[in-house]
Amino acid sequence: MTVIGWLQIILFCVIIVALTKPLGWYMTRVFTGEKTFLSPVLRPIEAGIYWISGVDEKREQHWLTYTVAMLLFHVGGFLIIYGLMRLQAVLPFNPAGQGAVAEDLSFNTAISFITNTNWQNYGGESTISYLVQMVGLTHQNFLSAATGIALAVALIRGFSRASMRTVGSFWVDVTRTTLYVLLPICVVYTLFLISQGMPQTLGDYVEATTLEGAKQTIAVGPVASQVAIKMLGTNGGGFFNANAAHPFENPTALSNFVQMLSIFALGAALTNVFGRMVGNQRQGWAILAVMGVLFIAGVAVTYWAEANGTSTLHALGLTGGNMEGKEVRFGIVASSLFAVITTAASCGAVNAMHDSFTALGGMIPLINMQLGEIIIGGVGAGLYGMLLFVVLAIFVAGLMVGRTPEYVGKKIEAREVKMAMLAILVLPLMYLGWTAVGVVYPSAVASMANAGPHGFTEVLYAYTSSTGNNGSAFAGLTGNTLFYNLTLASAMFVGRFFMIIPAMAIAGSLAAKKSIPPSAGTFPTTGGLFVGLVVGVILIIGGLTFFPALALGPIVEHLAMNAGNVF
Amino acid sequence: MLREIRPAIVLLLVLTAITGLAYPLAMTGIAGAIFPAQAKGSLIEKDGKVVGSALIGQEFKDDKYFHGRPSATLAPDPNDSTKTVSAPYNAANSGGSNLGPTSKALADRLKEDVDKLKAENPNAAVPVDLVTTSASGLDPDISPEAAQFQVPRVAKARNVSEDQLRQIVTSNTQGRLLGLLGEPRVNVLALNLALDRASAK
Repeated sequence: MTVIGWLQIILFCVIIVALTKPLGWYMTRVFTGEKTFLSPVLRPIEAGIYWISGVDEKREQHWLTYTVAMLLFHVGGFLIIYGLMRLQAVLPFNPAGQGAVAEDLSFNTAISFITNTNWQNYGGESTISYLVQMVGLTHQNFLSAATGIALAVALIRGFSRASMRTVGSFWVDVTRTTLYVLLPICVVYTLFLISQGMPQTLGDYVEATTLEGAKQTIAVGPVASQVAIKMLGTNGGGFFNANAAHPFENPTALSNFVQMLSIFALGAALTNVFGRMVGNQRQGWAILAVMGVLFIAGVAVTYWAEANGTSTLHALGLTGGNMEGKEVRFGIVASSLFAVITTAASCGAVNAMHDSFTALGGMIPLINMQLGEIIIGGVGAGLYGMLLFVVLAIFVAGLMVGRTPEYVGKKIEAREVKMAMLAILVLPLMYLGWTAVGVVYPSAVASMANAGPHGFTEVLYAYTSSTGNNGSAFAGLTGNTLFYNLTLASAMFVGRFFMIIPAMAIAGSLAAKKSIPPSAGTFPTTGGLFVGLVVGVILIIGGLTFFPALALGPIVEHLAMNAGNVF
Repeated sequence: MLREIRPAIVLLLVLTAITGLAYPLAMTGIAGAIFPAQAKGSLIEKDGKVVGSALIGQEFKDDKYFHGRPSATLAPDPNDSTKTVSAPYNAANSGGSNLGPTSKALADRLKEDVDKLKAENPNAAVPVDLVTTSASGLDPDISPEAAQFQVPRVAKARNVSEDQLRQIVTSNTQGRLLGLLGEPRVNVLALNLALDRASAK
């Protein structure tokens, strides 16, 4: 670890905290329907969209209607992606002549993109046409991100409203998020990325003759416009197979730094939106503090482990850390930081191959996802995931003093706690359950690229990542098989929607409750005690759930490595 | 609930048209106007022919060129399309080795490569980036140490002085951005093009 390395990490944290308040202010205005500086341009377009789709923007929805609208929207999104992938061979914008994508891979990819997972069983440049990249994947990057934000806003309304039957209009929330938040940032961001060297073209793959006379086919495409929303919307599905490690998908140290910022920016700002909408910004800062504590701890471990290297490297006298699967322009620190960010948020883009990380360095991304991606988290999803843990922490605190718990003026009762537990328990059921199947089912075992405990970790990582809708991978695992295409898709589906539905049920029941003013007996939820309590609850629930699985994977691998074993 | 069906279909189609077609196509048009070179892939031409991209690494095996990092990219086996074969720096199929820290295959590969490099230059420590594969398999860069390490071999093959080569390496070394972001590095293709230019003089 070096001083310059830590300075990069500190600079990153400072900028994120500095962006939280202004972005939170702007986004709050968008979600409450107030005018913004973009309204003169965008308002007519917005009104036109409502008119043509028959949306009455004044009419709000009950939480059930809101959820059904969201599900209907996803059915359509699924059909678009699946149809385009199956038909791409006969559709335009296919200069590389990609053939139709197989049924199971199309199914997996369609589920992957509507759930904001963006797991890549497809190979990008070797599998799909420009049309699918744009109309299939880029559009769903926007809409799954907008959906996540809309749901978080609906849950926030649950806390901030009193005695109301509705939680907002899904159609209005999605449209406003897309038009006022995601698109304007992406337009500027895309131009920046192109200036750094990212291609943006509909032309053919380039045929080059290298200095030594060999032929090199260089894949290009409309990369920048997709990468902008891929990062901002914490989607993470790459244009290329190597994702953000590919020099075209992340050309410079600066493009890398800005990409890292853009993964966290909206998620961090949503904590401020929460604070503003419940009437006390310090409530938002307290939640950001919980996230910050867990984040810094993870960065420190991964950076230390990667800078330290492996026994194999040490035995050969190689110093400078674990560079297998990392790019020179990013080095150890920017690769470690990126890995922790992308898994803390539900992004899943990678600028280094997590499969080649040291055992402990690769364990932190795994833990980040198993905690439910609540450290900043996916846009929207991170906040509603964290609020579920807050509900539990408040409940635990209430039990300790024997008083009905309350949070930002709302009583937390049996229904909310049950729903929060349901959402939190469904995740380990998916990733532990499917991992258990994956390590005994013969064709699934054959997909492992590494032997020994690392092979087990590959499978555990795959199901954890898909359940958490992250999308990063221990990519040695051959995921494009019938077994993995179907089981991973089921993990993604359950992980997304069985978290959303309980969260929306909580939103509905909270919105209907009366608001009670704080009294002398109210547990203050803006101070250090609250932050410590939530961190404690997260680590205890998380630790009890997945520590045994980690012991069989990365922990035993670390011990084996120190003993000089290879597999 | 029925009245949600029309927005579910129409709004989806409208937003798809905006974000999936209008946005990427508009960005492509603007990019072509203000950043034409970058938008096409930062291609480098020599005598009117494309010799590669400034951002994409390519394979160098000849002793008279500086070599890039090992690459783990694959290509379909020409004899059996269900299998793959090693194809270093395949810029149409990026990817890494994905070998883990306790992989025997990785340990064996590292040992073989380290022994080879030690034989080539016994006087310097082997730089780690010169024996590890990159994440994309297309890393255009090596560390300044990895470039300096290869100077004796290249000097011998080109019959030029090591000092002269070290100067070219130094002038092709990029530092950290603002002294802070990223890592110092040397673009291998740019370095080798500079070598060829110097030799042609």
